[in-house]
Amino acid sequence: MTSTLTISRLTKRFEDVAALTDVSVSVAAGERVALLGHNGAGKSTMMKIILGLIPASEGRVEVCGAAPGSREARRQVAYLPENAAFHPALTGEEQLRLYLRLRGENPRQALPLLERVGLHAAAKRRIGTYSKGMRQRVGLAQALIGHPRLLVLDEPTSGLDPVSRRDFYALLDALAADGASILLSSHALTEVEARTDRILILSEGRKVAEGSLADLRRSADLPVALNVTPRNGYASEIAASLPGAIEVGGLLHLTCSQSEKLAVFGRIAGLGTKVADLEVLPPSLEDIYSHFSGRHGQ
Amino acid sequence: MTRILATADGEFRIALRNRWVAIALVLMAVFSLVLSLAGSAPSGGLGADRLSVTVASLTSLAVYLVPLLALLMSFDAVAGEVERGTLPLLLTYPVSRAEVLLGKCLAHVAILALAVASGYGLAAAVTFAFDDRSVAGLPALWRLGWSSVALGATFLGAGYAVSALARRPSGAAGMAVGLWLGLVVLYDLALLAAVVADNGGWFTTEAFPVALLANPADAFRLFNLAASGASGVSAGVGGAASVIPVWQSVLPVLLWPVAAMSLAVLAFRRVSP
Repeated sequence: MTSTLTISRLTKRFEDVAALTDVSVSVAAGERVALLGHNGAGKSTMMKIILGLIPASEGRVEVCGAAPGSREARRQVAYLPENAAFHPALTGEEQLRLYLRLRGENPRQALPLLERVGLHAAAKRRIGTYSKGMRQRVGLAQALIGHPRLLVLDEPTSGLDPVSRRDFYALLDALAADGASILLSSHALTEVEARTDRILILSEGRKVAEGSLADLRRSADLPVALNVTPRNGYASEIAASLPGAIEVGGLLHLTCSQSEKLAVFGRIAGLGTKVADLEVLPPSLEDIYSHFSGRHGQ
Repeated sequence: MTRILATADGEFRIALRNRWVAIALVLMAVFSLVLSLAGSAPSGGLGADRLSVTVASLTSLAVYLVPLLALLMSFDAVAGEVERGTLPLLLTYPVSRAEVLLGKCLAHVAILALAVASGYGLAAAVTFAFDDRSVAGLPALWRLGWSSVALGATFLGAGYAVSALARRPSGAAGMAVGLWLGLVVLYDLALLAAVVADNGGWFTTEAFPVALLANPADAFRLFNLAASGASGVSAGVGGAASVIPVWQSVLPVLLWPVAAMSLAVLAFRRVSP
């Protein structure tokens, strides 16, 4: 199967500063890929290169079988910029009609599109009166024009409340199910968690991790935290049989590596009724993210 | 073409909301009306019909006002998109930069044409009310009308170029004012000074006419004065109109809009979003 987006050994330098170094990615049709990284990690630069807004210094980028920025590529790629901005004097409907006509689509689709992103009621109001979240929805509506094969979304959920965020991901799921590829960037792993097929972490312009959340979890190999609640009077006995356990406020707290995990569970189960409760805390998404993004490219 | 028309439609709406259409219409109407009412007094003994005289006055008005209006409408075209952050998104659409500028230009030219038509139309109506020989001046008025729009298109192109080069609206506004002062006011003063200093030598006979034609504002003035034969009623630089043939002055009037728009497209291509 041919991929919608192929990037091989992409490098981008701004004068002496390397914004991206030797990054290779490929996104297949219908795949949702999240691009994670700190501010300045190179996410937006990579997106601008994919869109053809700025040229690459080295490497090869192919978008829907065409060169980035070529008319052929632009026809099939939709973009949602970070902090989507529009002319404040136009109404939401007028702005979308303009975008529809620029893509050669019927401008009558403007209202249905606005309805799809929940902006129908504000369609006749000027964008200057919109909130940040509403502008973001206009941005999303324009990205849906004309069944794009690749959607490039730069921090699409910033400024959206949790409910709108869920609606937004539901829209993406439908698009991906129709075969559109989606590349979206985010600051936080918690945001993209279950809604993407693959996660790519950039740090200082280098790709430091790539895979599904389960892959990342496995390769990060971060310790698991356990909280054991002893029955009254058994605290010290349990502590003795679980080396490394620390008593904090009546609870026994211990950590173990992924590989020791099952052995430790077995030992706790062996304590029988002396244990009132067991709580397992897997490494949080933030822990995994900072594990990768904090490690500087080697 | 649909993309150019779509852009033009959007720009026209924006100009309508930003009151640019109203401002342009009112400015041209008020000034034209004042000129047609007040500019008639000295014409009595010249024998020309009243409309031809009004056209001569309107030419002097247009040479200042039309470039100013064009620059005011255009200086924000690229720099404003950069500042609002709307440019990157626009450039990911399957539309070329030339199409974007042509769309904007189409809308702005339409507004200028509306303003010119309403202003000159009012002036003509007033003139006809006072002098029924004014029919003789109609060709001159028509010429003034279309060449005013062409002059506007030239300065629109110049404004877009400035806007793309400056990349910030404040910088673009400053450059636009500088351009207006330079081409419309200071250029003539400098030429005048040179002619006086030259005292009838090579500069006055050879370089001066070329220098006049090289400036779109002066070429516009020369074309209208020479073509209408009304140079007798205007003084100063306009007197040169009698020595330069009409075909020579019509060329820059027609070529400058194309050249200015080409410059603007080149400058816009260099803007990295």
